[in-house]
This record gives sequence, C-alpha cells and structure tokens, in this order.
Amino acid sequence: MATVRVPIGPQHPALKEPEGFVVWLDGERIKDFGMRLGYNHRGIEKAAEMRTYIQNIYLLERVCGICSMAHSTAFVQAVEEIGGVEIPRRAKYIRSIIGELERVHSHLLWLGVAGHEIGFDTLLMYSWRDREVVMDLLAKISGNRVHYGMNTFGGVRRDITKDLCEDILKAVDILEERTKYYIKIATEETTIRKRLTGVGYISKEDVIKLGTVGPTGRASGVAMDIRKDDPYAAYDEVEFNVITATSCDVYGRAVVRLLELMETYKLLRQFVKNMPDGEFVVRFPRKVQAGEATSRYEAPRGEDVHYVKANGTDMPERVRLRAPTMANLMSVRKMLENNNLADVPIAIAAIDPCFSCTDRSITVTGNSGSNILTWEQIRQQGINWYKNEMGIDFTELNKKYQNRGL
Amino acid sequence: MSDTNREQNIQSSLESKFSFLKDKTKIRRARRMFVDVEKLSDFRPVFDHLFNELDFTRICMITGLDEGENYSFIYHLASFNGIELDLKTYTPKSSPNIKSVMNTFPGAELYERELVDMFGINVEGLPEGPRYPLPDDWPQGQYPMRKDWKKEMLDGK
Repeated sequence: MATVRVPIGPQHPALKEPEGFVVWLDGERIKDFGMRLGYNHRGIEKAAEMRTYIQNIYLLERVCGICSMAHSTAFVQAVEEIGGVEIPRRAKYIRSIIGELERVHSHLLWLGVAGHEIGFDTLLMYSWRDREVVMDLLAKISGNRVHYGMNTFGGVRRDITKDLCEDILKAVDILEERTKYYIKIATEETTIRKRLTGVGYISKEDVIKLGTVGPTGRASGVAMDIRKDDPYAAYDEVEFNVITATSCDVYGRAVVRLLELMETYKLLRQFVKNMPDGEFVVRFPRKVQAGEATSRYEAPRGEDVHYVKANGTDMPERVRLRAPTMANLMSVRKMLENNNLADVPIAIAAIDPCFSCTDRSITVTGNSGSNILTWEQIRQQGINWYKNEMGIDFTELNKKYQNRGL
Repeated sequence: MSDTNREQNIQSSLESKFSFLKDKTKIRRARRMFVDVEKLSDFRPVFDHLFNELDFTRICMITGLDEGENYSFIYHLASFNGIELDLKTYTPKSSPNIKSVMNTFPGAELYERELVDMFGINVEGLPEGPRYPLPDDWPQGQYPMRKDWKKEMLDGK
C-alpha cells in the first residue's frame, strides 16, 4: 500500500500550540514523522542583549507561562554566580518552595490535558479543579497565578510569612489526598491502563542517545534529576526520591508524574519546616563583572539550561537558554514509530510539550509599512501557505464558505 | 560542596592526553568545568575523548557567540553524575564552517539548525530538513544573533 502523508498543524484542533507536524502513514501505522518548529519564536535571546539584567529577570520569566519560576531562577542563579554573590539561606528555601508549587500546578495541568487527549474529560475537570488549590496559594504568596515575580538578584522579593507557611501545609494535605486518588485511578482504572500502555515506546538507550530529559526520560528508567545530580537552591538539604519507571511508554510517564507529586509534597513539608529565619535578599550590583556561567534547573518538564555571559556593563553580552521540550522533541519521532495515527495527540502530549518555551526567541518587525493585515489578507496568506507547503488547495472550499457569507 | 576530586581527575586526564590543553582547563566550581580549545582542528579529538573516556554522554545545548573576529561555540556537555562541562571552540568570521556532532548526539539537530539560522554558520554533515527557528520567508543573508544585526535591516536599511 502506498504511504499517505498527513499534515498535522501548524493550526490543528488536536494541538494546543502552533507547530507543524507531518506523519507518513501505511494504513493506520505511522512510518515516519517530521516537524517544522519555530512558530512561537519571539527573539527573546536577542531582546535580552538589549535590556538590563533587572529587566531580563521579567523578560525571561515570560519565556514560559507555566515554568516561569524555572526560567527566572535559572537566569538569576547564573548571574549570581558571575557576580560571586551568595544568597541568604532563607531565600534558597523560598525559591525552592515556589519551584515545587509550580511543579504541582504543572503536573496537575498535564494530568488534565492527558485525560482530555484520551477522551477522559472527567479527569480534566477533576484535576484542573484541584489545581486551583495551588494556583490560589501561589496568588496569595506572590500576587500572581503565574509569573510570580519572586526572584531578584541576591534573593527573593517577597517573604513567606508564618501564616502563609500554614496555608502551604493545609494545601499540601488536600493536594496529597487528591493525588492519592489519581494514583489509584491510574493504577486501577482499566480504561487508562489499556489506552496508555505500550503507546509511545522509547527505550532507555534511545533516551540516553537522544538526550531526553525530565519525567519523559525517567519513565524509561533514566534516573536523571538536576535537583539530585546538580543541586541548586535548598535541594542539598532535603530528602527525596527520584521516581523512575521501566515501562518506557505513556503510561510510565503518567505514573512517574503522579508519584513525583507525592515527593513534591514531601519536599514542601521539609522546606516549610526547616526554613531558617533571617533576611531573604542581599544587595547586588547593577553592573555585573565580566564572566560567564551555566546554570541548570529541574523544571517540571526536565532540565532547563541557561548560559549567561557578562561584559562588565548593566546588560548581558549573551543569554542563551534551552527549555526541556526542545531536548525532548527529538525523541517524539522515535516514540511514534509504528504507532497508530490516533496515538499522535497523546504521545506528543506525554512529553508535556511547551512550544513557547522551546521557541522562546516578541516579533521584531521593521518600522516601515503597515503590519496590519485585513481578514481577507490573512485568509489568503493561509490558503497560499497550505498550497505551497503542504500541497493542499483550499481555494474552492474558501469560495464555498464565502458564498454562504462566512 | 568544596570537594572537587572528580573534576580534578577529569582535568588531569585532559591535560595529559592533550598538551595544548595545559592551562586551558578550568574548574569553575564543584560540578562546573570549562575547556577552551583554540584550534577548530583540535576540537573533535577532545570532544570524542570526553564522550568516550570521561562519560560526558549528554549534550545540554550549543551556544553560539559573536566575539569580535570569531564566532565561538560552546558545547555544554554533561555527565550523569552531575558535572557540566563547557567546551568552547572558535571559527574565524571569514570562514564560518564547523562539523556537525549529530553522529555522536543525534539530539543535537535543533541546536545546530539554530546556529545556521541565527548566526549563518555552515554546519557540515547536518542533514537536509526544515529550517529552525526562523520563518520560511525570512530575508536571505540576515542572521539576527550576529552583533551587527539590527531590526531596521529587515526594511533593507
């Protein structure tokens, strides 16, 4: 049978963000998989070179709407290392607490999306309702549900008071109980197990070869966690386990994330209990001495890497970052080999992709001419794009809809 | 953690194998190393030695830099025991050519495509494929991460 080429995206109902995928099919079976990324590219690395360090904290926090603490912490850690400033211990604990709360909200968000992708929308409703517990808590601590604005050079901008600590412990109790329920569902519910087992298989060897990170790698038996291997903030002062699985499939990735949540609750309790008194920020110069540093952070999706080069001014010479999804995307092709077409959404969702993170780098447009396109121009551009890139002609279809006044 | 025995072992292994790395290998702190390879022709042997003998079996990312007369590249390599090593090399701006490391790290494809799009580097051995990350209609010969690139250049100024 001849191979059929099916384009998925860049605009497609099954994708949450714009990225272009192509699958080659033999019947229902996927034979090959290609991607065209970059639709979320915003030129953030270039923009960072034109802004001061302080401005960059907030710019880089906005690389991602979910892992915002991950990116801002990784950046400030690198700059603090260049500046040779040791931050107060209390600040390290506060950064760790926000980082773990972020992991809770990210993993619960993923659980909901995964449920939705397999047609189990009750799970989406449940887990997103429970996620509100941690979102409210983050808003109470920082003032925001996302983009907490907690980090600054030399420490953090807001303290976590005793009352807030009580709130965290109360929330952790509720969330722990709910997570136990989800673990029970994931391990006992036949529908979930049957739907996810064996889907998106990737071996341990391939994970190592392709550089897959985070829960995706850990579900294939690679016990890699930056919090353990290359500890930052207060992670060298606490006890926790790195969760792995050996099933190497989407089911393993779900179980790893759920069990990881239990470790996160353990961590949060330790951080709150052991948090030392004292100041939470020290002075940091506006100009940073020349030097360079590489900083790593275990974001909810895996290893987040930032490299900063300073030239002695108040603006960085170079900022380079790599979000975990960028490392994990290369493994999707391997995961989809010989899977069914219907497995594409859940297999992609299982790496918990975040394309705005991946492409990071606000559209830089010229000053001349108008950038405002009319509805008709946008429509035409879309038609031309699909014609040239994918070989699909929507002209006739477009006419049909226009005649109906749509 | 002030214990840097592991890092010192890596340093002595590199310096005894490659004489040109004398004083070019630095331990920045525990778990952070820096190796400076001045000649591009010396890069691959050092890279292979790190991969085959010293367990640097992961690549975190590749950073491209525009530094005066050279383009520089930092290969951020990591081992599974927590050590991260920045391996730096250079190419003159007159001949921005490097060789792909995809035969060792197939996952490095996107990092190398970024060097092509953002710096205009010619990466030998990079398979044909869609560009990343710039749009298909991006003007030819414009490389936004070069220091001399300004956004006005998009209007042909």
